[in-house]
Amino acid sequence: MENKAVLEVKDLAISFRTFEGKVQAVRGVNFSLNKGETLAIVGESGSGKSVSTKAINQLLPKKNTLIERGEILFEGKDLLKISEKEMQAVRGNDIAMIFQDPMTSLNPTMQVGKQIAEPIIAHKGVSKEEAKEKALELMDLVGIRDPKESYKNYPHQFSGGMRQRVMIAIALACEPKILIADEPTTALDVTIQAQILDLMNKLKKELDTSIIFITHDLGVVAQMADRVAVMYAGQIVEVGTADEIFYNPMHPYTWGLLASMPTLEVGQTDLYTIPGSPPNLLHPPEGDAFAARNAYAMEIDFHQEPDLFKVSDTHYAKTWLLHPDAPDVQPPLEVQRRKEKYQSLFSGQGQFNRIGGEAIGSRG
Amino acid sequence: MAAEAKEKKAIVEISELKQYFNAGKKNEVRAVNHVSFSIYEGETFGLVGESGSGKSTTGRALIKLSDITGGQITYKGEDISEIKRRKDLLRFRKSMQMIFQDPYASLNPRLTVKEIIGGALKVHGMAKNGKELTERVHELLESVGLSKQFANRYPKEFSGGQCQRVGIARALAVEPDFIIADEAISALDVSIQAQVVNLLKELKEENNLTYLFIAHDLSMVKYISDRIGVMNRGRVLEICEAEELYQAPLHPYTESLLSAIPTPDPETERQRVRTEYDPAYHHYDDISHVKLHEIAPDHFIYCHKDEVALYKKKREKLLRQKKKYA
Repeated sequence: MENKAVLEVKDLAISFRTFEGKVQAVRGVNFSLNKGETLAIVGESGSGKSVSTKAINQLLPKKNTLIERGEILFEGKDLLKISEKEMQAVRGNDIAMIFQDPMTSLNPTMQVGKQIAEPIIAHKGVSKEEAKEKALELMDLVGIRDPKESYKNYPHQFSGGMRQRVMIAIALACEPKILIADEPTTALDVTIQAQILDLMNKLKKELDTSIIFITHDLGVVAQMADRVAVMYAGQIVEVGTADEIFYNPMHPYTWGLLASMPTLEVGQTDLYTIPGSPPNLLHPPEGDAFAARNAYAMEIDFHQEPDLFKVSDTHYAKTWLLHPDAPDVQPPLEVQRRKEKYQSLFSGQGQFNRIGGEAIGSRG
Repeated sequence: MAAEAKEKKAIVEISELKQYFNAGKKNEVRAVNHVSFSIYEGETFGLVGESGSGKSTTGRALIKLSDITGGQITYKGEDISEIKRRKDLLRFRKSMQMIFQDPYASLNPRLTVKEIIGGALKVHGMAKNGKELTERVHELLESVGLSKQFANRYPKEFSGGQCQRVGIARALAVEPDFIIADEAISALDVSIQAQVVNLLKELKEENNLTYLFIAHDLSMVKYISDRIGVMNRGRVLEICEAEELYQAPLHPYTESLLSAIPTPDPETERQRVRTEYDPAYHHYDDISHVKLHEIAPDHFIYCHKDEVALYKKKREKLLRQKKKYA
């Protein structure tokens, strides 16, 4: 894949001021988004996945948000530094968003067609008629039946899946370079989810948009992602291509996530679970934030934050298990099965199980 | 297993249940339309369907949260629409409890966890004094995996998974025999869903419970259910044992539900073909011979009697294929 980054997030750290103190929601996040790819960010609620991406569009409440450090580079600009006025030219135009709940993100008192035409008028400076024309085209593109009729309808007249199609049409209205989708299908039925995901994949190919896809469902990730970043407690703990993350995962947290996914295979009756709950980010723990829930935790995990180890040019993981001095461990059965599948799928490529990685800098 | 099921005693029997909203008006909605099934003592019955399929309406009718339009529901041999006196209602509600979908909305934000769980104990006179009440609440909290220090906190201080555990403790407080879990895990992260499913399974063993587990997709249901019913547009389209449903899904709607679940495996996803469901499948011109037909022991499909042979053939073919790959 051509690695031409359209967006780079560097050492981003964000805190929120609350009555109880400072919540360190994002603690040093690095990632880049390449042209035309889908990057999935996976993590549990509170892992900082939504906060990191909302920062890109400056959508966090100004009142209590503290950008501690870092930069977000887009077309040579640091999006954290530019003014609201400059941001308005980017938001919705170059970088658009789709949210989880389509009902609360649409205006209930405005015809859906007008809501789709609005950003076109605002950003592209075209006439109302041209915008309407374009909006009708978009509605057809995202699969809304009878666009002319539907144009005049209000959001409450649409089903959840149709509303999400409207949201996608609005997001695509200005042909954005980057589309951020924050759990766009979590509120939908599985069959509708399948339709929306297929639609997004189709549109991505047609329009060559780069997508950041945020979700907690690894099944959805497998269907959508070119690359995957796994977040835990405000940090990216593992990043790699979809195949690397699903068939050759290195971080015990990724192991836990994969092992706790339900499968449809017959005969399996017990579900693996990751014990405990994520740490309170008011007082992030010392060392590896995952250590307390990690069956593979070593002494060092409780004292010192792991380095980010390199597994391959595209695959990095933040765990001491990759240190040359670490003992050999057996991942959960489900993960071993996946590694075997990887070997049979891509035989001869790379090595498996333990790779004595080289440390590349101490901050993830 | 099939032979055993025959001897099992039904705790709930639903026959020809009808729940129409705005009945007789122009905007009549037939949310539940001639639904019949039984739930056996000690089993978990999974009821699956998409939004608007009538699965929650069925659950709500069962626990008397709505007055049914037609049909009959019996619980432990007693017609529930006959339960009217306060004393009888108390007895009924002590025996049957519900866990709701939204863990935040179903807990009163102005009550502490102790008041939420203890409230049910007080109503049913299950604690003699304050000390006993506190002890019982602590016991319940620990049984759902929460620390007893949480007793004096408010719901907003908890995560979604923890709130759902409080909801489960509240349902367990009155020592019920039957629990309806209405999408109890849908609002939770996948990793937390696994925790709650395992907890529900443990509690069922410990307390000899029977569950009606309502869900909107077929991925997690498998881990908890003994039998599964699939609903769509107010009708039950397929009922069978859980294993059988994943081995030989017969109704096209069940197939479409199964094929829509994304699996955490990129290679499978790249090759997958989804089946779409055409609702014309259960529009029959003449419905006199359309009902749940038994295709195989304990495997029922909503179809016309002429289709039975076709479904039988389909099942055999599916099982043969599965054997070949195994």
